[in-house]
Amino acid sequence: MKRSGAAFWIGAAAFLAVAFVMTKVIGNQYPFFAGYVILQFIALAVAWSILGGYAGYVNFGTSAFYGVGVYASVFLVKAFGAPLPVQILTAAAIGALMGFALGLLTLRMQGIFFSIATIALTIIIETVVTNWRYVGGAAGIQIQRPPVTAPFDNYVQLLFFIQAVLVVLAVAISRYIQNSWIGRGLQALKDDELAAECSGVPTLRLKLLACVISGALLCAVGAPGAMYLQYADPSSAFNLNYSVSTLAMSLIGGTAHWIGPVIGAIVLSTTQQLLTVTISSEVNVLVLGVMLVLFVVGAPEGIIGLARRIFHRSNEGRE
Amino acid sequence: MDLLLDAVVTGVLLGCFYGAVSLGLSVSFGLLDVPHVAHPAFLVLASYGVFIINEQYGIDPLIAGLLITPLFFVFGLIAYRLYYETFEKRGSDAGVRGIAFFFGVAFIIEVLIIIQFGVDQRAVTADYIGKSWRIADTRIPYRMLVAFAVAAALTIVLTLYLSRTFMGRAIRAVAQDQEALRLMGANPIRVKQWAFGIATAVLGIAGALLIIVAPVDPTLDRAYIGRTFCVVVMAGLGSMSGTLVAAIILGVAETIVTTMVGASWAPAISFAMLLGVLAVRPQGLFGRRS
Repeated sequence: MKRSGAAFWIGAAAFLAVAFVMTKVIGNQYPFFAGYVILQFIALAVAWSILGGYAGYVNFGTSAFYGVGVYASVFLVKAFGAPLPVQILTAAAIGALMGFALGLLTLRMQGIFFSIATIALTIIIETVVTNWRYVGGAAGIQIQRPPVTAPFDNYVQLLFFIQAVLVVLAVAISRYIQNSWIGRGLQALKDDELAAECSGVPTLRLKLLACVISGALLCAVGAPGAMYLQYADPSSAFNLNYSVSTLAMSLIGGTAHWIGPVIGAIVLSTTQQLLTVTISSEVNVLVLGVMLVLFVVGAPEGIIGLARRIFHRSNEGRE
Repeated sequence: MDLLLDAVVTGVLLGCFYGAVSLGLSVSFGLLDVPHVAHPAFLVLASYGVFIINEQYGIDPLIAGLLITPLFFVFGLIAYRLYYETFEKRGSDAGVRGIAFFFGVAFIIEVLIIIQFGVDQRAVTADYIGKSWRIADTRIPYRMLVAFAVAAALTIVLTLYLSRTFMGRAIRAVAQDQEALRLMGANPIRVKQWAFGIATAVLGIAGALLIIVAPVDPTLDRAYIGRTFCVVVMAGLGSMSGTLVAAIILGVAETIVTTMVGASWAPAISFAMLLGVLAVRPQGLFGRRS
């Protein structure tokens, strides 16, 4: 346990170091544009699966959190010219509040009704933002990037590095939850909420905690999105594709372990990035649909489930 | 006051149309508990089918809709079989994986339509499209009247089918207690598959209405996820007449908000009502579950 902890932190540090070195070595800007999107989806998928994977409450409102993150930044920049860290922290705080509200919803709704309610929340929030003139309304709003700060020469590189930090943060939190009593409690309530409650698992507190953490992370990941595009509009910030992509990535990777969403996000978003460049953006929605259907039908445990099955089989063969 | 009356009249007609597009879901989700989020995608697909027939052969869209119902019936049989084999048979968390599955299907349909037809809006032609009927100061478009009449007819036919015919009663029985049906020597899966086929077949006609009422584009299904689920949940899962009443409530609410507040708030209405119903009265207004 101790040793794997050390290995994890060394890995995380190495990952950040590589991300930083990349910004110094690679001159071309494109890898950062594409890499940012991939990192963003890793962080979203990991954050989503804290609630959706461990606790089994399937949240279709990822786009609501993401969009609120984007618009929190838009508002802060427009009203106060707030710097990026303030944007991200504020977004996280708003996301935590939204997560808390979502957690209260779980009191009355479970399973598919919870999922439908989260879709409903997304559209309602989108409609409110669409009607909020100050942040641009339906037409969207342009945002000016501030000048870039010291170690980076380019704002996209800065955003790329910040997203890498968010990935490490999300993974560290997810890993901690999985290995602690919180994860075990969530697992118990996923299997049977009533039985868990009866055996003394504080299900409500755990659900609220999972919702708050997941919500805060999802919003925080969305926050730099405004600066990334230098533009925000409600129909793309709240696009249903974010919800379905995030869900698909977690299911494709497998939700039983924190590494699952990471693998799923890398596989799916890299494929999508390549297809967007080589063929068209419609095809990447098609790939999303096909992969989602294939994995849900053929490999319900995701890639890690498949890997485990193969691993076990080869073990049996040896004995 | 006139404005409000106008809104109510328009809303009732619009609501009947919403009822027609929700009836299928009322069977598949309401009675069979299948989280069919691809229902609106099938609806849009049906509209495109009607569009092709109308454009190629100049056949009236409603008749075109009738022509594609057998095809959609078969789609429904296949879709349910697939769903059953992969989710219900295996048991655990069928609902949640099912919703992910149907989202995948919806996206695939959406993209295939985009690849085939592009993202432009498509419309059909018929004598009653584009003209309206004037009574006093109110103008009622004929296409809404057509939608109203067809929706009423569909609701009556489905209600009669479910209450009077042998298969219809079997469908309601399977919704109440699947095991009992098995004990009576019937195959509940067969019955459910048939019901799902009917639910999908109805979409042929509903798709015709969709493209009669307004031009369609490939991503229109997203707007109808909220509306159809709102109607079905509000109706209380599985009541056909309840579905029509709930749809009328939604239609009136949307029209009133559009007239009084602004069209940009309309998309939120169905979802806000859906959330309200889920939070306050999860069994729906005319629920079968107490």
